[in-house]
Order: sequence, then C-alpha cells, then structure tokens
Amino acid sequence: MSTTATTSASPAPALRARPGRLVPARVFIGRGLLHTIRNGEALLMAILLPTLLMLVFTYVFGGAMDPSGNYVDYVVPGIILTCAGFGASYTAVAVNVDMTTGIIDRFRTMPIPGTAVLVGHIVASVIKNLVATSIVIGVGLAIGFRPTASPLEWLAAFGMIALWITAITSIFAAIGLAAGSPDGASGYGFILLFLPYLSSGFVPIATMPEWLQPVARHQPITPLIESIRGFLMGAPDTGSTWVALAWCAAIIVVAMVWGGWLFRRKAGRR
Amino acid sequence: MIEIDGVHKRFGRKEVLRGVDLTVRRGEILALLGPNGAGKTTIVNILTTLVRPDAGTARIDGLDVVRDAREVQRRIAVTGQSSAVDGALTAEENLRMLARLSGLRGARVRTRTAELLERFDLTANARERVSGFSGGMRRRLDLALSLVVDSPVVFLDEPTTGLDTRSRQELWAIIGELAGRGTTVLLTTQYLEEADRLADRVLVLDGGRIVADGAPAALKAKVGGDVVTLLDDDEQIVREIPTDGSLAGLRRALDTLDDAHADGRVALRAPSLDDVFLALTTTPAPAQENR
Repeated sequence: MSTTATTSASPAPALRARPGRLVPARVFIGRGLLHTIRNGEALLMAILLPTLLMLVFTYVFGGAMDPSGNYVDYVVPGIILTCAGFGASYTAVAVNVDMTTGIIDRFRTMPIPGTAVLVGHIVASVIKNLVATSIVIGVGLAIGFRPTASPLEWLAAFGMIALWITAITSIFAAIGLAAGSPDGASGYGFILLFLPYLSSGFVPIATMPEWLQPVARHQPITPLIESIRGFLMGAPDTGSTWVALAWCAAIIVVAMVWGGWLFRRKAGRR
Repeated sequence: MIEIDGVHKRFGRKEVLRGVDLTVRRGEILALLGPNGAGKTTIVNILTTLVRPDAGTARIDGLDVVRDAREVQRRIAVTGQSSAVDGALTAEENLRMLARLSGLRGARVRTRTAELLERFDLTANARERVSGFSGGMRRRLDLALSLVVDSPVVFLDEPTTGLDTRSRQELWAIIGELAGRGTTVLLTTQYLEEADRLADRVLVLDGGRIVADGAPAALKAKVGGDVVTLLDDDEQIVREIPTDGSLAGLRRALDTLDDAHADGRVALRAPSLDDVFLALTTTPAPAQENR
C-alpha cells in the first residue's frame, strides 16, 4: 500500500461509529411504523376490514349461524386472526421492496446487522396488528360482544394473539425474501389468508363435511381460536392453548431458519 | 488507501474479474471507466464488502475487506447504481435514519441532517416524500445519505447515469468538492467526459481486466482528438475518421474523403467511449476509418 499522502491537507475525515447494540432495531422499527402510517391503503384496510367483517358476520350471517343472537361472542377470535393475517401479509411486500430496490445494499455496507431491517418490519407489523385487534374488540363490544374474561385472561388472550401475529408475520417476511418481485410477494402469501375460514373460527368443525374436518382440526388456527375464545369467555382451554403454543413456536422456528437461509443467500456476501 | 491484488471473481460460468490489481492513493480521485459488464460494479461491490472475491485480496486503509469487514465499513461511504433511498420517507427522515444508524445521537443527528439538506440543496423539499422526487433530487439525496459521516473513502458507482445535463453538472460540482476535502474517491463511469472532468487518474476496464491506466490527458492523447463524421442526406453515418486533434490531422482526415462525398454533411464530435476502446483494445494502429 502506498503510504505517501499526496493531495490530502484537509482535516482528517471522521469514521463511522458503530451505533449502540439496540439502535439499528429501534431505528428500523420506527421506519416500519412510518411506512405503515404512510401507506394509506394498508392503513385503511387495517381499520376498515375488521370493522366490516365484524358487522357482516354479526348482522348478515349471524342470524343464520346462531338465532339466539350470541354469534358475536363466537366469531370475535376468528375475525381477529383473519385481520391479523391480512395485516401481516403487507410485511411480505415491504421486505421484498427493501430487497429489490437496493436499499438493503446501503445497509449492508454499514457496520450494522442486516437482519435488523427484518426485525424492524416484523415488530412494526405486530404493533400495527395489535391495534387492528383492538379495533375488532372495540367494534365487537359496541355491537354486543360480551366477554367474561378476568384481567389475567385478557392478558393471556392478547399474548396468544401477539404470538400468532409474530409467527405469521415471520412467515410473510420469509415469503418476501423468497419472492422475486413485490407482486409475487403479495401473491404467494394468499393461501395463508384462507386458513381462518377452514377452522373453528366461524362455524363449529362438526358442521363441516366429514372429509374436511381433519384438515380443519389439524391446522394451527383451530387450536389458537379455541384457546383465545376460551380465555375471552372466561373458560381457558388448556389443551388447545398448548397445541397453539407449539404451532406458533414451530412456525417461528421454520420462518427463522428458512428466512435466515434466504437472507444469507440474497443479502449475504456472494 | 485502496489496494487490490490479483482479484478474480466469477458468477456461475461468467468470469467477471480476471486478475485485477489496482491502488488508489490517499486523497486521489480514481475513475474506473468501462462499458456495461466490464466488471466495474463488481470491483466496487468487493471493496464495499458486498461481494467476496474468489481469489486475491482487497484492502482499504490496510484492512482486509473480508476479514475486517466491520472495520472497513466504518471507513467507507457508498452510492450505488440504484438510488438507495427510502421513497416512503421524507428527505429529512431518510437522513436522520442514516445518521442514527451511523452512530450519531441527539442534537448531532438534527444538526448534521440540516447541514446536509443545505449542502445538497434539499432544504426546501426536506419534508416531502422522496417517492415524488425527480431523478436528480433522488441522486443528490442518495449522495447526502452516503456522506452523513465524513468517510475517508467514498465509492460512487455510476453516479450520474440517467441524469439530465443540469443534474449531472450539479453532481460533478459536489464530487469536486469532496476531492477538495482530501477524500479518497473511487468512481465508476461509462462517460469519458466524466472521468476527464473529475478524476486524477483513469483505469480502463474491459472484459474483467484493466487495459489502461493513466491520467485523463494521457488517455485522451492515446485516443486522439475529435472524430470527423460524414453524414449522407438521410443523416446516416457514412464514415467516421478519428483525428489527432491538430489542424494538420484534421486536414489529413478530410483529404481521405474523395469527391464522391462532396455533397455530404460533415460534423465533428468528441471521442466516445467506443473510440477509447478501439484505441486501447486493438494493437496500436494509425488513425483508421470507421469501426
């Protein structure tokens, strides 16, 4: 290396400081939330979808499902998870846009962990979807939803919901990494949005055709719904809760392993 | 300040770099000139820790870009080909984000953001979302984001590609300013004029190898002077004859045209990158016509 300084006479330029350990994640969470607020359509969907679903299922289908008028108590967990799925699916697009527009390369040339970008998207999605969940519950309460949960059971219900949002957002983040374009990213995740309808979220599994029942029974949403419904109605379902916890844990592990592999392949050193 | 030794890189079956050596001294502005696919961006990507070389070593300020990547990253600023700005955020938010990620805190984030908005003529648009910015504004912001910290080494990958003349001039002024501060700059470009205007030294890259290395003036001397172009009635190029830039050379060039073309239109143009390659990649040849 040549050590002879030639033209340099200016003050010594500064070095980039490594930010504190938690700074990148904090910055990227803030960025994710700003994206959420700025994306008008997504924000409108996050507020309108839960409200409309709530009204349609209670007033249009509700009478047929349960003539006694208590269908709203049954359907709230299903609507919460349906909306969480929609809300989380935006993460796939957001992650994909970051990966395909070149901004990830800027972050990768800086002394910060590249995965902090993903953490930012996931945490922002969890916060956004918990707000949507609160809207579902708020609208539900306004139209006759009468949960009988104790404060501790409320907390447990929210914990389960937050865990599911984390799990499904992680999967959507991985889909965003796998997809070749933002359009693809929003397409691939579509199937996941149907899961709530194939569960005990809207109708009891016993009313489904026999061949469909095993599918509905052995997918993650059903135990999750039973667990959340149990907590909200003051009758915790321990068995379903354990199964739901196992599903969430498994999904998060798969998303992390798959996502980590994709991230190293696409945003690692080639 | 930058040192590359025998670097090879292949992507799949394509050999992108076939043994590149180069050195950039502290405070020097080096231009890597070459056509698309010559390997310019791969060199930048290796130096900026994005891509691992298959063979050879690359060092910045004595630090190996593979082994000491984190320390290298503290010393470099990069503006890539695709504008790496966040369209959903405002210019100000983009700058603050980068400032915080670069370890600045509190009031320093605000003052540095304001300084850069001012310097890059973005103060009036600071609170607008970047998605509505013009190409030139995006590129200015992109460069501002890279310069949040006064990094000793700055990489500019085709900084003016796709910009209109005015934006290009603005960007050249900014890059010239960097040079004045003693920053080491490695820039890639497809434009001879840009290399000429900004660089102390030019490396010409072709097919993954360096085919020429010298001051812009020396390079141009090799290429010769303006090119005489003969056009027919339909504005189609009939012949192109390089000159050595002298009056005698121009006269000789014209003398090679016989009276069959007496009605044709004649134009003079500056040598293009094609001419540089013609001059550099073929065996030393006297001024020859056409391609």
